[in-house]
Amino acid sequence: MIVSASTGIVAILVIPAVSAAILAVVPGYRTSARLNVLASLLTFLASLSLFFGDRGNDGPYLFVDDLNIAFIVLNTFVGFTTSVFSASYIGHEIETGRLTPVYLRFYHAMYQVMIGGMNLALASNNIGLMWVGIELATLTTVLMVGIYRTHEALEAAWKYFILGSVGIGLALFGTILVYMAALPVVGEGLGGMVWTVLLTHAAQFDPAVINLAFVFLLLGYGTKVGLAPLHAWLPDAHAEGPTPISAVLSGLLLNVALYAVLRFKILLAANPGAIAPGPLMVTLGLVSLLFAAFMLYRRRDIKRLFAYSSIEHMGIITFAFGMGGPVANFAGLLHMAMHSLTKSGIFFAVGHIAQIKGTQKIADIRGLTQSHPWLGWSLVTGVVAIAGLPPFGVFMSEFLVVSSTFAREPLLAIPLVIGILLALGALLLHLGNLAFGEPSESVAPSDASYVPMVVHFSLVLIAGIFLPPTLVAWFRNVAEILG
Amino acid sequence: MGHGLTFDVAHLLAGGLVLVSFLMITQHRLYALLNAFALQAVLLAASVAWQAYVQHAPHLYVTALIALVFKAIVVPVGLHRIIQRLGIHREIETVIGAGTTMLVGMGLVALSMTVMLKVTPSADPLAREDLAFALSVVLLGLLMMVSRRNAVSQVVGFMSLENGLVLAAAGARGMPLVVEISVAFSVLIAFFVIGVFLFRIRERFDTVDVQALDRFRGERR
Repeated sequence: MIVSASTGIVAILVIPAVSAAILAVVPGYRTSARLNVLASLLTFLASLSLFFGDRGNDGPYLFVDDLNIAFIVLNTFVGFTTSVFSASYIGHEIETGRLTPVYLRFYHAMYQVMIGGMNLALASNNIGLMWVGIELATLTTVLMVGIYRTHEALEAAWKYFILGSVGIGLALFGTILVYMAALPVVGEGLGGMVWTVLLTHAAQFDPAVINLAFVFLLLGYGTKVGLAPLHAWLPDAHAEGPTPISAVLSGLLLNVALYAVLRFKILLAANPGAIAPGPLMVTLGLVSLLFAAFMLYRRRDIKRLFAYSSIEHMGIITFAFGMGGPVANFAGLLHMAMHSLTKSGIFFAVGHIAQIKGTQKIADIRGLTQSHPWLGWSLVTGVVAIAGLPPFGVFMSEFLVVSSTFAREPLLAIPLVIGILLALGALLLHLGNLAFGEPSESVAPSDASYVPMVVHFSLVLIAGIFLPPTLVAWFRNVAEILG
Repeated sequence: MGHGLTFDVAHLLAGGLVLVSFLMITQHRLYALLNAFALQAVLLAASVAWQAYVQHAPHLYVTALIALVFKAIVVPVGLHRIIQRLGIHREIETVIGAGTTMLVGMGLVALSMTVMLKVTPSADPLAREDLAFALSVVLLGLLMMVSRRNAVSQVVGFMSLENGLVLAAAGARGMPLVVEISVAFSVLIAFFVIGVFLFRIRERFDTVDVQALDRFRGERR
C-alpha cells in the first residue's frame, strides 16, 4: 500500500509521529523546544522534496497531486515557523509559571501529532482516512486549548470538543453517504472510498445521494472551517489556548477543513446531475463574512478580535470557491495562502504583546509603536495586510475576488464589498488604540524572537508586489482542477 | 424480497434503536438515561452482529463486540460512578419541555425517512432503510445534545449520535474502515468521559451544568 507512495510523502507522516513519541519522553523544555523546531524543519524539507522528487503512484491511501501539494507545503512551513515562535513563547510561560515542564512535554508531543494529523488529512487519497486525520488534529488541538486549566480554558476546550464532535459526526455520515453513492458503480470494498477512483466514476453516481452527502459534509467540515452559524467554538478556542496554537488553528486547521470541502466539491462538479455546490458555499461565506465584520467592532480581547477576523476571511475564501471559475478559484487559493501567512504572523506578534503587557484586553494595550517599536510596527504591518490594504498579498487576492464577482454577479458583490469595508474599519479602529497614543504602563523590554513574524510578513509583502510567474501558472492549473 | 427474515430482523433492531432514542430524549433522570443508553448500545451490538452475519463480514463482529463491551458496560458503569460522586443524580433540566421535545423528535424522524427514502430509490432496500433509521438516531442524538444543559447528558447525547453513525457504517455493504472508525470513536468517547471526570477532580467547577460555565466566559459584560 504505502510502498507505492513516494518517500517524501511517507516522511511528512513518519517524522511527526516519531518525534511525537520522542518528545513525550524528553525531559527539559529547552531541549524539547529545540527538538520540536528541528522535527518541524525536517517535515518542511520533506514536503519541499515533493516538488522535485518523484511523486510516486496514487495509492489507495496516500497520494500527491497539484492541489494538495500546495496545502502540504504551506502546512509544514507554517508548522515550522510556529515551532520557532513557540520556542521563544513557552520560555516566558515557564517563567511566569502558567505552564509546568510536565505539561510542556505533553504540549510538544501534541504539537507534532497535530502537524502529523493535518498532513495525513491533506495527503490521503481516501475519504475515510482524511476524516481520521482531521479528527486526530482536532482532538489534539482540543487538548492544547485546555492546557492552561483555567475556567475559561476548560470551558473553551469543552465547547470546542462538543461542537467539533458534532461536526465530526456529520462529516462521517456524509462520508458514508458518498460510499453508498459509489457502491452500485464502483462495487464493494476499498475502491468506494478512494478519491481518485471516486472521481473517475463520479459521473455515474446517483445525483440525489451525492447531493445529500455534500450537505452533510459541508455542515460537518464547515463547523471546522468556522463558518457562521457553526463558528461558536472558534473565538473561545483561539482566545484561551496558548498563542502558538491560535496561530496554527487560524493558519492551518481551518484551511485543512476547507480543503476537505473542496475535495468533495470537485467530486460533485464531476456529476452532471448533482446540484451546483456554489450557491450553498456562497451563502455560507457571505453570512460568515458579514456576521464576523459586525462582530469585530465590539471585541474587547485582542485574540478574540483576530479570531473573528479569521471567520471573516474564511467567509471570503468560501465565497470565492463557491463562485467558482478560474479567476475566483485562483483568488480563493491565493487568499488562503496569504491569510495563513498573515494571520499566523499576527498571532506571533499578539502572543509576545500579551506576554509583555500581561493582558489580552484591548483597552489595556496602548501605544505599542512607542514602547516596543519592533512589535508595534509589526502589528501595524500585519493588521494593514490582513485588512486588505495594498501593497500586501491579501489586497491582491481580495481585489481578484471582488472584481471577478463584479464581472459575473454584480448583486453579490455589494454585500461582499460592504463586509470587507466594515471589517477594514473595525480593524483600523482597534489598531489606532493598540499601536498609537500614550503607551500603557508596562514598558518592559522584550527578548522575543521576531524572525518568524518578519519572515511571514515579508512573504506576504513580496507576494503583493510580485508573484513569480511559475507560481501563477501553477495556481492557475489548480484553479482549473477546482472547476 | 427473497430474504424476508433477514430484512425483518434488521428492521426490528434498527427500529428499536430509534425507539430507545425517543426514550432518551424525554428521560429526565440521569440514571434512567444511562440505562436507556446501555439498552441502545446492546441493540446496536445486536444490529451490527446481524449485519455481519448477513453480509458475511466477520470484521463487523469486532465492531459489535466494541459496542457491547465498551458502550453497553464500561461507559455506563463509569458514568454511573461519576454521577454518584458528583451528586447530580436527581432531576436534569431540559431547555424545552418533554412534549415539545417529543414533537420535534417525531418531526426529525419523519424528515429523515422522507429524505433518505426519496433520495435512495435505487439502493439496496435493506441498506437504505437502515440508513434512514440511522439518520433518525443521529438527528435525535443531536436534538438531545442541544436540548440538554448537563455535561453528562450532552456526552450521552453524543454517544447516541455515534450509535447512529455506526449503524449507518455497518449497513453500508462492504464499507472499509468501519472497525477503525468505531475504535476511533471509542477513543473520542473515552476522552469525553475523562474530561467530565477531570472537571470534577480539578474542582474548577462546582457543577457540571454547562450554563454555569458560561459565567466564566472571557468576554462577559
